[in-house]
Amino acid sequence: MKDILQELEDRRAVARAGGGARRVEAQHAKGKLTARERIELLLDEGSFEEFDMFVQHRCTDFGMEETRHPGDGVVTGWGTINGRMVYVFSQDFTVLGGSVSETHAAKICKIMDMAIQNGAPVIGMNDSGGARIQEGVSSLAAYGEVFQRNILASGVVPQISLIMGPCAGGAVYSPAMTDFIFMVKDSSYMFVTGPDVVKTVTNEQVTAEELGGASTHTKKSSVADGAYENDVELIAETRRLFDFLPLNNREKAPVRPFFDDPARVEMSLDTLVPDNPNQPYDMKELILKIADEGDFFEIQKDFAGNIITGFIRLEGQTVGVVANQPMVLAGCLDIDASRKAARFVRFCDAFEVPILTLVDVPGFLPGTSQEYGGVIKHGAKLLFAYGEATVPKVTVLTRKTYGGAYVVMSSKHLRGDFNYAWPTAEVAVMGAKGAVEILYRSELGDKDKIAGRVKDYEDRFANPFVAAEKGFIDEVIMPHSTRRRVARAFASLRTKKQANPWKKHDNIPL
Amino acid sequence: MFKKILIANRGEIACRVIKTARKMGIKTVAVYSDADRNALHVKMADEAVHIGPPPANQSYIVIDRIMEAIRATGAEAVHPGYGFLSERMDFAAALEKEGVVFIGPPSPAIEAMGDKITSKKLAQEAGVSTVPGYMGLIADSEEAVKISREIGYPVMIKASAGGGGKGMRIAWNDQEAAEGFQSSKNEAAASFGDDRIFIEKFVTQPRHIEIQVLADKHGNCVYLHERECSIQRRNQKVIEEAPSPFLDEATRKAMGEQACALAKAVGYTSAGTVEFIVDGNRNFYFLEMNTRLQVEHPVTELITGVDLVEQMIRVAAGEPLPFAQGDLKINGWAMESRLYAEDPYRNFLPSIGRLTRYRPPVEGKTAGGGIVRNDTGVYEGGEISMFYDPMIAKLCTWGETRAAAIEEMRLALDTFEVEGIGHNLPFCSAVMEHPRFTSGNITTAFIAEEYPEGFNGVTLDGAMLRRVAAAAAAMNRVAEIRRTKITGTMDNHQRRVGDDWVVSVQGEAFPVTVSADKGGSTVTFAEGTSHRVESDWTPGQPLARLMVDGTPLVMKVGKVPMGFRLRVRGADLKCLVRSPRQHALSLLMPEKLPPDTSKFLLCPMPGLVVKINVAEGDEVQEGQALATVEAMKMENILKAERRGVVKKIAASAGASLKVDDIIMEFE
Repeated sequence: MKDILQELEDRRAVARAGGGARRVEAQHAKGKLTARERIELLLDEGSFEEFDMFVQHRCTDFGMEETRHPGDGVVTGWGTINGRMVYVFSQDFTVLGGSVSETHAAKICKIMDMAIQNGAPVIGMNDSGGARIQEGVSSLAAYGEVFQRNILASGVVPQISLIMGPCAGGAVYSPAMTDFIFMVKDSSYMFVTGPDVVKTVTNEQVTAEELGGASTHTKKSSVADGAYENDVELIAETRRLFDFLPLNNREKAPVRPFFDDPARVEMSLDTLVPDNPNQPYDMKELILKIADEGDFFEIQKDFAGNIITGFIRLEGQTVGVVANQPMVLAGCLDIDASRKAARFVRFCDAFEVPILTLVDVPGFLPGTSQEYGGVIKHGAKLLFAYGEATVPKVTVLTRKTYGGAYVVMSSKHLRGDFNYAWPTAEVAVMGAKGAVEILYRSELGDKDKIAGRVKDYEDRFANPFVAAEKGFIDEVIMPHSTRRRVARAFASLRTKKQANPWKKHDNIPL
Repeated sequence: MFKKILIANRGEIACRVIKTARKMGIKTVAVYSDADRNALHVKMADEAVHIGPPPANQSYIVIDRIMEAIRATGAEAVHPGYGFLSERMDFAAALEKEGVVFIGPPSPAIEAMGDKITSKKLAQEAGVSTVPGYMGLIADSEEAVKISREIGYPVMIKASAGGGGKGMRIAWNDQEAAEGFQSSKNEAAASFGDDRIFIEKFVTQPRHIEIQVLADKHGNCVYLHERECSIQRRNQKVIEEAPSPFLDEATRKAMGEQACALAKAVGYTSAGTVEFIVDGNRNFYFLEMNTRLQVEHPVTELITGVDLVEQMIRVAAGEPLPFAQGDLKINGWAMESRLYAEDPYRNFLPSIGRLTRYRPPVEGKTAGGGIVRNDTGVYEGGEISMFYDPMIAKLCTWGETRAAAIEEMRLALDTFEVEGIGHNLPFCSAVMEHPRFTSGNITTAFIAEEYPEGFNGVTLDGAMLRRVAAAAAAMNRVAEIRRTKITGTMDNHQRRVGDDWVVSVQGEAFPVTVSADKGGSTVTFAEGTSHRVESDWTPGQPLARLMVDGTPLVMKVGKVPMGFRLRVRGADLKCLVRSPRQHALSLLMPEKLPPDTSKFLLCPMPGLVVKINVAEGDEVQEGQALATVEAMKMENILKAERRGVVKKIAASAGASLKVDDIIMEFE
């Protein structure tokens, strides 16, 4: 008996050693932690339960029978984050470069199946050289299996991908289909084809970092939702994000004790909107002053800064925030902003996270680059996302909302539950000057006359009351009481039930 | 008594005057420019009159505008505050003509003290000690030596037309005087084309000490003792106190009596200040007289119990002073820190913008038996504009002793929350901690000598650092336990928060064990010492008030991954509290240097370049406007982050740029 117990310990020791001390050292030298160290940091101390520690690949080609490692380059299992269940996989670069074999993928599939079945999120830590070439098509088939599960899990349990090393070729499509991707600065990259192939095919000279590093994907491509300095920080912040997310699509967003008066008054908000309508102000200040404890987890901070997306809590419960940012491009909607916000709104709706929308939008960005890029269809994504969302939707209009963008930004017409406006707000088809130039084209030569017309138009429309008279604005509120009004609105919506007509699925303009 | 007065000023001093007027039952009228439409003094006053565009020379110092406001509101008297029109003789005269009372001295007194040479002559005649010197023409080196001997070494030899240190020598003996005279003369001739030279006493270890006087229209004049204002940065006072730690009773009396003698000699009424320079041997010399209420008057009020503004108003209304010299005792000690909207980390560059958070410490009696007073002209959500003085508040504390007043000031500064703009609170905290300041051994060169490279933040000493680390460990425990109280946890398998943590702060790592009980936490360090931390801090509170080992510790708290940003005693710390495992694995993480983007000005948003303000080869200063970019009809001014020379300009006006496009490159 004792020998058998000892054998288990021995076998475990071999599995836990991964690729061996030398490769672990090399991993550390690159500023990266090992697969098991990452799991240790991600999960509550002592909560990790491993699956498939002794799984080995079945390949016998190219001498692979000589290089078998228990676990086959990925550590899988489940554990808890602050006591809530989560499934994890963590690719082990020290074992055959973390390459994906049939069995490696099967391990991942196993925990994903469990996650879907039991309703807990999946967090994948990617650090892999790609498909295991020795296995040929089996390895591709293995990817396919993982992809299929990403797709089935989508909208059922939250999926988070942490890119903590290479992730290239077909492998990128697994994280691509998850809800959030976070990267480590300087030590991770993602691309469909690497710099060598790029050079051969297009003659472009580019480094891996430029092609697919954290900066590229958070600022240019928007593939990633955020980037952190190193493994330890990334994992700590992932734990923070996890506390905002529901476990699955059947549960409400989590609630935790909060230490902030829901009726807190912020007198300074009465002066947030500047007297000069052309002067920008920082919408983030409003978000932070509405949020419990000023805590805001921003998603895609470095991309499309003209719209802000992220999570806050109100009375301890998660709320998704979408806000126009007047500091960037005057807060207009464009292709990037529409895509960014649409995806965020759909995540919230899929997982029953209520949505708070803060609106100050001058319209859609005009220009050939926008039209050629298909702003019509991209803008429609955000419109569609808001319109189909059945979660509680509360909107606060701070300054202006013009034209089609007014309808898009969670308006009453898209089933907004509470549509509040500050007294500084104005709802109009367009700004007064533009409107007058169309309405009184014949008077354009007469400056004084036009100025008078502009003033008339402003007096009529540059306020929230025209919209309030029609019921498009439910109530005009004092800026300083925004937190209280918004918190009460969401409190009243906790029992909201709303359904869309039965359909196989919708046909959002992708 | 007046029924209504107008305050011809703005900011904290206007608010200060309104407070006293209200206390006396007098109605107040504020005046404001476009930039001050929503300012605090406008909100506080009973009436407010708009007087013009933001620049002061089109509003606050336009006498006609003020006169119109007086006529429109029927104010019977005007308090001018300080600055602006307070020492303008023609303003006092204009009021006189209109039959409106000026709450200040008579115009001849303003005129007499307004001129440096006249005031010095008048002071000499009144028996006031002035800096010995010789103003006449000096023929040659021999005469220079003779004069120097009469004055007494050391002496300063200066070019009459001089400035910026040119043509200036300090001589400690005959030989240096002779040589200095000759070289100054040559230099002056070359630099200014004017070789006239004068010699005066060189004051060593100079301190700036001033006497507050108060005189009524019935011939009474008293002095309310002194204020020491030696802590100055480029002639801008930063910290003042009363009394001076340097004066003895005899010197105080002599200075006070001379100040009163001068006031009487010029027929002075109202509050005024006689400034002296005092050397290391307590020799004092008259500098000038300020014929107005001083910025730093609150420290005098705190140690004498006299409301100077009230007395100014009463004197103006013709009332006699209600006290005699003998009634004016010094009670305790008062400190004042001036809060400037200037960023100490960026060479005290003025900082403008929105005050996203502004929470001064609570005024009144403190737990430590002291007093906190804050004279403020701003409010949370208000805007600090570029048009006026960057001083936005004056934080004063009082204690039984100088040490007690300093301790109260340290805590008050720690408690003062100001966000949204750069400000000098950390610098004031640093001075309050400085051993030379606490010793009282200060001169007007204190800041230049102690901070020759500017201000680079504060490094906490070992004992204070451990208090902070202990507090952070205890606070982290509260935050971590709250995290485990989330809904959706697995029954019976909740997370248990560990007791062992590693606190990393200011380059040191302290392994600690936190054990909590009902009243607080005991934080034990690796070598066995432990600290008791008690606090009602909850996660998210931006200000933590703690008791560490029975003494108060107040910190501004922000969140960073795995820890806190803590601001205390002028230090700005990133304080990480990690599990031992997190800490150990963190040691494997590479050190990263911030990327060097300093050589480029990048376009922060897609937009149109409206204007490039500099040319290739220009040297630019930190904060200087470099270019204006318009995006969606909004103009954004891009400023230099540091000093540099423009190497290449890559974009021109009219160019349409994308984010991160290069606008210019620096050398």
